[in-house]
Amino acid sequence: MARTDPKRDVVIVGLGWTGSILGIELAQEGLDILALERGEDRSTVPDFRYPQVIDELKYGIRFGFMQKPRNSTITLRRTLDEEAQPMRRLGSFLPGDGVGGAGIHWNGQTWRPMENEYRLRSYVEETFGAEIIPEDMTIQDWGVTAEELEPFYDRFEYMAGISGQAGNIKGEILEGGNPFEAPRSRDYPLPPLPQTTDALMFEQAAKAMGYHPFPRPAANASAAYTNEYGMQLGPCNFCGFCERYGCINYSKASPQTCILDALKRYPNFAYRVNSEVLRVDLANDRKTATGVTYWDEEAQEEVTQPADLVILAAYSLHNVHLMLLSGIGEPYNPQTGEGVTGKNYAYQMNGGTTLFFKDVEFNPFAAAGSSGISIDDFAINQIDFAAEGFIGGSYITAGQSNGQPIRGIALPSGVPSWGAEWKKGIGDWYGHSMSIGSHGSNLAYRDCFLDLDPTYKDRHGRPLMRMTFNWKPNDIRMTQFMRSKIEPIAQSMNPDSWKSSYKGDGARYDIRPYQTTHNVGGAIMGTDPNASALNRYLQAWGQHNVFVMGAGAFPQNIQYNPTGAVGALAYWAAEAIRKDYLPNPRPLV
Amino acid sequence: MTPKFLQSSRRGFLGGTAAAAALTTLAVPARAQVEVVPLDRYQPDYLTAGEWAFVMAACARIIPSDGDGPGAIEARVPVFIDRQLAGDFGAAADLYMEGPFNPGSDAYLGTQTPLTPARIYRDGIAAVDQWCTDNLGSPLAELEPEDQDTVLRALSSGDLNLGDELREFWALLVQNTKEGYFADPRYGGNHGMQSWIYIGFPGARANYLEWIGRNEAYPLGPVDIAGERA
Ligand SMILES: Cc1cc2nc3c(=O)[nH]c(=O)nc-3n(C[C@H](O)[C@H](O)[C@H](O)COP(=O)(O)OP(=O)(O)OC[C@H]3O[C@@H](n4cnc5c(N)ncnc54)[C@H](O)[C@@H]3O)c2cc1C
Ligand code: SF4
Repeated sequence: MARTDPKRDVVIVGLGWTGSILGIELAQEGLDILALERGEDRSTVPDFRYPQVIDELKYGIRFGFMQKPRNSTITLRRTLDEEAQPMRRLGSFLPGDGVGGAGIHWNGQTWRPMENEYRLRSYVEETFGAEIIPEDMTIQDWGVTAEELEPFYDRFEYMAGISGQAGNIKGEILEGGNPFEAPRSRDYPLPPLPQTTDALMFEQAAKAMGYHPFPRPAANASAAYTNEYGMQLGPCNFCGFCERYGCINYSKASPQTCILDALKRYPNFAYRVNSEVLRVDLANDRKTATGVTYWDEEAQEEVTQPADLVILAAYSLHNVHLMLLSGIGEPYNPQTGEGVTGKNYAYQMNGGTTLFFKDVEFNPFAAAGSSGISIDDFAINQIDFAAEGFIGGSYITAGQSNGQPIRGIALPSGVPSWGAEWKKGIGDWYGHSMSIGSHGSNLAYRDCFLDLDPTYKDRHGRPLMRMTFNWKPNDIRMTQFMRSKIEPIAQSMNPDSWKSSYKGDGARYDIRPYQTTHNVGGAIMGTDPNASALNRYLQAWGQHNVFVMGAGAFPQNIQYNPTGAVGALAYWAAEAIRKDYLPNPRPLV
Repeated sequence: MTPKFLQSSRRGFLGGTAAAAALTTLAVPARAQVEVVPLDRYQPDYLTAGEWAFVMAACARIIPSDGDGPGAIEARVPVFIDRQLAGDFGAAADLYMEGPFNPGSDAYLGTQTPLTPARIYRDGIAAVDQWCTDNLGSPLAELEPEDQDTVLRALSSGDLNLGDELREFWALLVQNTKEGYFADPRYGGNHGMQSWIYIGFPGARANYLEWIGRNEAYPLGPVDIAGERA
């Protein structure tokens, strides 16, 4: 069975963070918009209501709000000659599913990249010389600058009510903020969150060593706030169930708390849930899209939905999958380096040191998703790549974000993982440890990419997307450098004991333990149609009425969590569509 | 070591320890516990009698009863495991279960077994009990605790050679035991919130703004999703 529905001006694929932003910005233009979301509808009430959502097993461990591999997954191989295997169970990353997307169950750590991250290749070549770039490293410039994007970061941060402390307003360095950040036009909309004991201890130690600690910018509101759409946030109560959960308290910035109720009031906006887009349909000449085809779960039929403008907002990985399935952009070929769709998939290189203090009461359950104290003294713009032998950087933070016991209780080295000693260990050490973590860049490589799997299929019979990804020596050297900086800070704090976990020589990617849901690249933006899938306005080079949101646009990963940049790029693209594209639909570059 | 600056920075949210103690005693005594079936009379939903005996014995070694804090048996972890295996978790309802299956693939690529978790328990228990019977004369549940530990250690290091399809059995058993120990009591384990009391986790209270940055033990006991206090 199949049906064709009446044409819309705009169809938006996915109603998470970026779909909601594009939805409301284009709704203001009076366009007739349909958003298609593959998952369930979700609202704070009833879905994130207290106490039902404070359920570690259901949401933290069984991933109640996330994508089910049965419905959607990828395959993984680490090298070109390994046979890819499907990700049968979630682990390393947890893509969202349902209205709000991963925007409901993120932590809310909301950053702006460093200025040099947008022009990484040029920066390295100009500052250190092209010869320090390893032969297989395929880093590129974004085609936009920090200065151009600043007003759009500002939009996103003021929409989301970010709590923080500016370090650089129009070039003036401010005490207590991040002195190394790119200039911003004004301070954060809300003051920083209060800080937990671990963060205060780290702050003191970092200061004593001459570093520049500042509060981590947080999408957990520190005070009541009303945004430009009239949506209201209440102060975060440090519930300790932030990441992986919807917020009980209207405090975490999400599509639900910041956009959706305002958006639903536009009569020209509609959305459908349980509607998974299967492909973007292209015109015969393949120069434009004619709309999308989706699976209507309720009617159990395929629906052709014509539209003048198609916005892919389905999360980085799913956007790339749809592009590969639909023939948007030439698929990337790692042998020749030609082709663009799927190119430069990258991830995040993190490490950490755990410190044990018998006599300190950390109360780890008393936590927000994004409180914490960070330093950027070893950021990507502070390191002499030629001297250190790697390209990249990290921010370093202490700030507990949950004390949920199934998700893990840190135990000193030597304590076994079961038996009487384990039981004694959890009694002795729960609430008496903290960690200092590094959150670092991961660069792009010739053989890290996304394409279609030759073997495995999804429930609609479409090939799964295949991820080819492994850790590389450059990024391992970067994280080992961070270790050499963090361990002295840890030691200066005089813990009873401490232990470290950083990727070492020869580390291979393991898809089982959770790392981050910061999957980037694959639909990269840039200035050259032969080297990027999207132009600088996130418009597909070959199909001018297809715009692709999300971190897939990053040509390599930044040292930060992605959503600040994802949000800014969404507003940047929305403005280009509103001001430039709609009056005269065409390739904008 | 408590850092100096924290020793002197205890803020007076409740006006000191006496008030904190008073607040603790304000907590209403736990409502009459719902009648629970003793474990030896529990009728499993999924496990057979022999499998139930195995799970009881294995859980009791993974989190033993002696020493401080509840063991897996006091926490009724076996009930939790039985119910999980009888439900969506046991049936691999969320997992991608399309072939081809290559269960011998590099472990870093994630589980590749064609078996559901419920089936892994069934076949895994049978294989371990068979090994125990062949080598030590009786199934796991009937061995002395020291011998049980020896068998479980061998299982954990892969020395029992259960084959690739059952490679995850031990990891599942340990993970599910800890889940049943710490999960909300609505799932059948963590009886009386004893594990939460033991480590000092307040359960579903989810409201701690006043406690931020205080190096001071939180005074209130746990609450569960049903609203019971302990
Ligand atoms: C556990 C966790 C913690 C995180 N913490 C942070 C953090 O602290 N800081 C940070 O910066 N970032 C964080 N992130 C990442 C952040 O959530 C994402 O960057 C952000 O949500 C991306 O927005 P998006 O619009 O691209 O995707 P999403 O918000 O995920 O929205 C995509 C939507 O598209 C839908 N969809 C997918 N495919 C289809 C299809 N074919 N048809 C129809 N609909 C489809 C999905 O169901 C989903 O609802 C975290 C993510 C997770 C999972
Ligand atoms: S920590 Fe704060 S922002 Fe996060 S879910 Fe809890 S109340 Fe909401």
